[in-house]
Amino acid sequence: MRIAQLPLSVREIVKPLGRMVVFVVGAGALFSAVMILLALLFKGSAADLQLIEYMDVGILPYTISILPQVLIDGVTLGFVYAAIALGYTMVYGVLEFINFAHSEIFAIGAFAGVEFLLFMERLGILSGATGLFAYILLVMAVLAGMMASGTAAVIVERTAYRPLRNAPRIVPLISAIGVSFILQDLIRLVESLTSGQFHRIFPTFGPFDDRVSLFSFDMKMGPVDVDIQVKSIVVIVAAVLMLVGLNYIVNATRIGKAIRAVAQDRSSASLMGVYVNGVIAFTFLLGGALGGAAGVLYALKFTRIDPFIGFFPGMKAFTAAVLGGIGNLTGALLGGIVLGMLESFAGAYLTTFTMGAMGAEYKDIIAFAILILILIFRPSGLLGEQVSQKA
Amino acid sequence: MGKKVISGILLVAMIFLSVAVVGAQTKVIKIATQSPLSGGMSAVGTDIKNGAQLAIEQLSGPLAKLGYKVELAPYDDQGNPDTGVANAKNIVADPAVLAIMGHYNSGVQIPASEEYHSAGLANISPANTNPKVTERNYLEVSRICGRDDVQGAVGAQFASAQGMKSAYVVHDKTAYGQGIAEYFQREATALGIKVRGFAGTEEKANFDSILTPILASRPDVIYFGGMYDQAAVMFKQARQKGYKGMFLSDDGFDSSDAAKIGGKVLLEGKGTYYSTVSGPAASYPGTAKFIADFKAKFGSEPQPFAAQAYDSTALALVAIETAAKASGSAMPTRAAVTKAVRAIKDYKGITGTMSFNSKGDLVKAKYFIIQVVSADPAQWSNNKIAKVLEIEPPK
Repeated sequence: MRIAQLPLSVREIVKPLGRMVVFVVGAGALFSAVMILLALLFKGSAADLQLIEYMDVGILPYTISILPQVLIDGVTLGFVYAAIALGYTMVYGVLEFINFAHSEIFAIGAFAGVEFLLFMERLGILSGATGLFAYILLVMAVLAGMMASGTAAVIVERTAYRPLRNAPRIVPLISAIGVSFILQDLIRLVESLTSGQFHRIFPTFGPFDDRVSLFSFDMKMGPVDVDIQVKSIVVIVAAVLMLVGLNYIVNATRIGKAIRAVAQDRSSASLMGVYVNGVIAFTFLLGGALGGAAGVLYALKFTRIDPFIGFFPGMKAFTAAVLGGIGNLTGALLGGIVLGMLESFAGAYLTTFTMGAMGAEYKDIIAFAILILILIFRPSGLLGEQVSQKA
Repeated sequence: MGKKVISGILLVAMIFLSVAVVGAQTKVIKIATQSPLSGGMSAVGTDIKNGAQLAIEQLSGPLAKLGYKVELAPYDDQGNPDTGVANAKNIVADPAVLAIMGHYNSGVQIPASEEYHSAGLANISPANTNPKVTERNYLEVSRICGRDDVQGAVGAQFASAQGMKSAYVVHDKTAYGQGIAEYFQREATALGIKVRGFAGTEEKANFDSILTPILASRPDVIYFGGMYDQAAVMFKQARQKGYKGMFLSDDGFDSSDAAKIGGKVLLEGKGTYYSTVSGPAASYPGTAKFIADFKAKFGSEPQPFAAQAYDSTALALVAIETAAKASGSAMPTRAAVTKAVRAIKDYKGITGTMSFNSKGDLVKAKYFIIQVVSADPAQWSNNKIAKVLEIEPPK
């Protein structure tokens, strides 16, 4: 049975899942191949000799031994970026402008989720949470983040963007940057009034810090264990669910059809009886909720949040959206995975291959340099031209 | 009307009279303090002021016998260089001020002390660890705490003494963090510890890509030069990725928030240690009476550096006394006090015996290695002192 013969609803679930597998496997294989090739080229170089002197292992076995871990980290990061990138790309698809406040919407979600869990901790519920109950609490935290972010995104759209909808394009862009600052300081204000602290720590509970051993293999330097943290699995599974869910809503439901209609031609859609304002508000709700969920997942994975936490993930997710082809949902997914891998590979290997001359802190330079190269040759992004359908 | 004139004349007469009486009886000498009395660092800053106040109350007896009344002139530098320099201008403009005790932040002390230097006013610092504080060779500036360059080396010596054979050094790319990390690396290499990597990062959340090469190189100890808000997050993620070795950091790690972030992972593996120039007040042999007096007067345990503030004020009082004796009946000059500070030999303070070298560093300063022993932030001040060292500053 071919995919095209499946009913629409099933097709729209299978298709994105298939794409994810293809993207992850494809990007992983490509990056690994490039890395191993590089390691072969560097054999006998000063970096190789230094590694042998310090760790008694050549550059090729070293590269291979940390490869699985690098891939896992890259995929996890990639899915986080993809989930945030969807918010940028959806708004762009519908309104053709970059919602720079999305990074703060993300931060609001992170704070809402963490504050919810901290409240549970104060009630004493958190310490006893094990097994299924811990997961339920986490789901509740994610939902809290989604609600807070979704609401914030809708309010921002209503107050800062809708009055400017027919203004020149640069105007809502400036408005978005202004909103971004206002939201940052709003988080700071609320946090300093309620908790007196600008940074919050994701409380430790449940099995999320545990590690699942995947496999181990023997190298000359000793056995190498490859494992993945439970929270990384949670992040990946949650992001996959969100991506599939969004794809389903946009491509297989009535409201999704309305979103696509507004994206193609706002005034015609309006003439056909589509309630444009409502559809745009719903788009912001969806994008905001996804950003909020990503915020909570980010806090779960990386522990510490502050009011400025949104800036870098936001920047990178925006980049991922552009890399994949902005306005294109599949592109956001691909862009996120590619950027996550790039960052993970550059961060892990740069120090060794440059013998410490360029440390892991240069990972963004490498990632963004490659991004610029890609955009020079494909200005509309990796998938921008092939898929005409917008979100 | 008549009544008002009379009372006015009486008032003026009384003011003149009282000034004349005070003038005849005692000459006023002021010791100024500068520390953050408001804002996030005010807990430590206020106790620096309180330590100085206690010292003046308890130790100004000899000067009172010579006919001088010693007063405290506290200033709030807000931990802010601009405010510190503005205060410094006011302080040097007051001729009664003969010594300034203070600054908590090196970043404030360094610009403010330029003012003291040009006015010839003696500045004794209880807490500023940046090498530049004394490396300028100002006669006016002395300190009674250790230095960052030695502190990094102390960490390396401790690691070596614990049998560590390899290390990975990470820093936060600030002058402070990178500086300490470089001193650590230099000393570690000299002691035969293999430094398998040296990396800087401004990352605050996602340490995955930095940790992969660190963990692959399997160092016995991971050293972090910087503040707790990065170090604790990185340590936590390293443990979660299966690192079993030792964590080592600097006095930027000395905050109960580190335990809040890191939690129990700080106690796992070979544990977590940090170096500092100021142990808890109870760690000095001579401070028992000081702690009791401090609690009785201010109602709380002294914060770090309160005992050092007490000692640096005591040194200022000794120097002023020496200068006053030499000047006879005249007010001692600032120049004489400044010279007298450096001339002090083997003063027995509550935090140790003190003499200054030609730069203004202590001939030997104390350094502490402290082990984190509890995941509970409230227990932070009970962390265990693993080692105390007395080391000469670099020449």
